[in-house]
Amino acid sequence: MAGIEARFLLHRERFTLDVDLHLPARGVTAVFGDSGSGKSTLLRCIAGLERAPQGRLGVNGEVWQDGARWVPTHRRPLGYVFQEASLFPHLSVLGNLRYGARRGPGVAPARLDQAIELLGIGHLLDRRVDGLSGGERQRVAVARALGVEPRLLLMDEPLASLDLKRKQEILPYLDRLHDDLEIPVLYVSHSPDEVARLADHLVVLEDGRVRASGPLAESLVRLDLPVRLGEDVGAVLDGTVAVIDEAWHLARVDFPGGGLWTPDRGLAIGRRVRVRVMARDVSVSRVRPGQTSIQNVLRGRVDAIADDQHPGLELMRVQIGDSMLVARLTRRAAAALEVVPGQPVWVQVKSVALVE
Amino acid sequence: MTRSDLQAIWLTARLAGAVTLILLLVGTPIAWWLARARSWWKGPLGAVVALPLVLPPSVLGFYLLLAMGPGGPVGRLTQALGLGLLPFTFGGLVVASVLYSLPFMVQPLQTSFEAIGDRPLEVAATLRASPLDAFFTVAVPLALPGFLTASLLTFAHTVGEFGVVLMIGGNLPGVTRVASVQIYDHVEALEFAQAHRLAAAMLAFSFVALLALYAWRPGARKAP
Repeated sequence: MAGIEARFLLHRERFTLDVDLHLPARGVTAVFGDSGSGKSTLLRCIAGLERAPQGRLGVNGEVWQDGARWVPTHRRPLGYVFQEASLFPHLSVLGNLRYGARRGPGVAPARLDQAIELLGIGHLLDRRVDGLSGGERQRVAVARALGVEPRLLLMDEPLASLDLKRKQEILPYLDRLHDDLEIPVLYVSHSPDEVARLADHLVVLEDGRVRASGPLAESLVRLDLPVRLGEDVGAVLDGTVAVIDEAWHLARVDFPGGGLWTPDRGLAIGRRVRVRVMARDVSVSRVRPGQTSIQNVLRGRVDAIADDQHPGLELMRVQIGDSMLVARLTRRAAAALEVVPGQPVWVQVKSVALVE
Repeated sequence: MTRSDLQAIWLTARLAGAVTLILLLVGTPIAWWLARARSWWKGPLGAVVALPLVLPPSVLGFYLLLAMGPGGPVGRLTQALGLGLLPFTFGGLVVASVLYSLPFMVQPLQTSFEAIGDRPLEVAATLRASPLDAFFTVAVPLALPGFLTASLLTFAHTVGEFGVVLMIGGNLPGVTRVASVQIYDHVEALEFAQAHRLAAAMLAFSFVALLALYAWRPGARKAP
């Protein structure tokens, strides 16, 4: 059975983890939730650092835990990145990297070199770990976890202990992980930005239970259960940079169904990017808007309408080609518009955030 | 210093060295268990380990004498094994000193094992290290300052023994007459000058040992 099947029931004094998950065999799965929602506990159960007495865990066809069987952590082919880098202080950077690589059965030495290259830490190998910056430490920790040639990479809020600048320093490397890794990655985070940027699949935990689990783009535009990454509802679209308008410093990102203009950040044409469109920045019109300051006007079809949290507001999902956007309207505006699902509309997108 | 003084010093050094080595082997697993276990037995075992800190040496010596004597359980065992009886031998002195110095080895080790915490061992497990592997390649190197402190304290404390030695070892030259007993003998014989020389040497040794411990301790704090 491809993918990860995880079922755990674990009672703690003030909280119960009760999950039954089926996760894809490839790509980054973000486990999102408030602190105390059980994200880290779930990850620790998967790693075998925590033992849920009633649990079942299968990873790509291998059983790591069920009724009788229990594979101890050191025999599970996984990599784990903790919130604090947790490098061994008695070893050099290279010593840390080799610690795991030496122990993994049949790990090709080239694998560690690849990890060193991927994380850009070649110049740090001879350094002592206490001389590294926070960002450098975390990069070494990620490379160390990759060096054991894991078949599953678990990351427990790897950026949470870093300041914004260090985060910006390490995120590009995580993007590369996302693009290059063939193995499934479970990425625990409470940061909407990281999730929107890195995840392909989203699991939302609340009080130890799974509130939503599905492909990221789909999950974010579900109206029955609007998954909020942070404050607001918003869609995430994967696209490519298609046109650069040098005169006006704009770049057009094309996605299946249309294109959106965004300020040019110097990205090369053909580069794959991800954009986030918040529901509050999308408006809907029945006729093609005429003279407007808004550059991004797209033609679509109303897919669904649902209540928002506030009684005065509604969420409208609009299909544009193969993609979905969500718009937030006041109930009065929606009534005046008199649209029903299936009807063609124009949407105006006021702002687009490039997240990758 | 007389020949018998030097003999007593050499004997003391041999005794303290043997006790330190044995306690490194015996005390480490006890300290590890006390630091890591969540068992109900942790309290009672910890108390037993600490007993020699508060018991008068004569009490410990008395019970050991009974246990190792011809009628005691240890005595019967050693006789059955063809080892004879332990009291008033160097071997008996080593056994008694191991028990007497146990807390000086176990407690510093336990403290430094506790200071390591779970995380480095969890990291080691995720990097494919078995628990035993992780113990030797992560816990021991990280607890190295603790090992040095514990060994130094154990050695120095064994050198400073008197009561237990008298009870178990008696006062046999070259066999059980250690430096502290030799000083006692000198004083009994009113040989104050000789007592002074040996006592001053002991004082200097103890001071240097403790100086090494305290002067170097701030560094030890930083390490793990």
